[in-house]
Amino acid sequence: MKARVHVMLKTGVLDPQGEAVRHALGAMGFDGVKGVRQGKVIELDLDAGVTKADVEAMCEKLLANTVIESYSVEMV
Amino acid sequence: MHAAVIVFPGSNCDRDLAVAFEAAGAKVSMVWHKDTALPEGVDIVGIPGGFSYGDYLRCGAIAANSPICGEVAAHANRGGYVMGICNGFQVLTETGLLPGALLRNAGLKYICKTVGLKVATSDSDFTSGYTAGSVINIPIAHHDGNYYADADTIAELLAEDRVAFTYEDNPNGALADIAGILSANRRVLGMMPHPERMADPVHGGTDGVALFRALAGALVTA
Repeated sequence: MKARVHVMLKTGVLDPQGEAVRHALGAMGFDGVKGVRQGKVIELDLDAGVTKADVEAMCEKLLANTVIESYSVEMV
Repeated sequence: MHAAVIVFPGSNCDRDLAVAFEAAGAKVSMVWHKDTALPEGVDIVGIPGGFSYGDYLRCGAIAANSPICGEVAAHANRGGYVMGICNGFQVLTETGLLPGALLRNAGLKYICKTVGLKVATSDSDFTSGYTAGSVINIPIAHHDGNYYADADTIAELLAEDRVAFTYEDNPNGALADIAGILSANRRVLGMMPHPERMADPVHGGTDGVALFRALAGALVTA
């Protein structure tokens, strides 16, 4: 079983990398991109029996810094 | 003063910090990240600059969960002194010993230069050797030094006089120009600039010396 964890900067936290990507897209002629937020995806290969709550605990303790980041867990 | 300097894989200012502590008269013990106890009688723990664990995941995140960091937190929670410089500051925010987080520099570039730093408070054993409001020259060398905390936390830091240093010319986008902060008990300091790199005339300046001397004066080993 796998879990896919999405980690994003919280709304309101400036994402200078996302801004740089947005500028680059505009400069390349891709119009209509109002904003870019960059995050990360972490895939965990899990033993059977590891629950979504376990993965959420991992997010709270290590995978995300909840001061600046939000996360979501998808069991796949 | 007995200082412990933590060494992580990827630390690169550990020896500089040890030299600065020693020059102020401290006995220094180097402590490996896998150690599970601090040496007996340690007054202050120094968490040095560098790239602990290659900055994997987030700067300081893996170091903050290393075996020794539990002991560092216990030391701080007993009222012990802790000082984190650069990557050490990032580690301290990741452990929760200091509030906030260090984001990527607003200009996205790694910045390595000497900056003007205002001593925002002299009310701590780290900053008592300076006059509040004075400007000192200390180098920065970081990619992720953009201090962020929510508005309530920033207001609390300011109201409680817990901002230790501010940038004269904000290089990285840090909120309220914050370069260094203190814990509520004023015994934990985190700062992005490197006072240990301005601690000897051969460094090109000695503005960092007063910090180590003030600590040595406050932490006279019994």
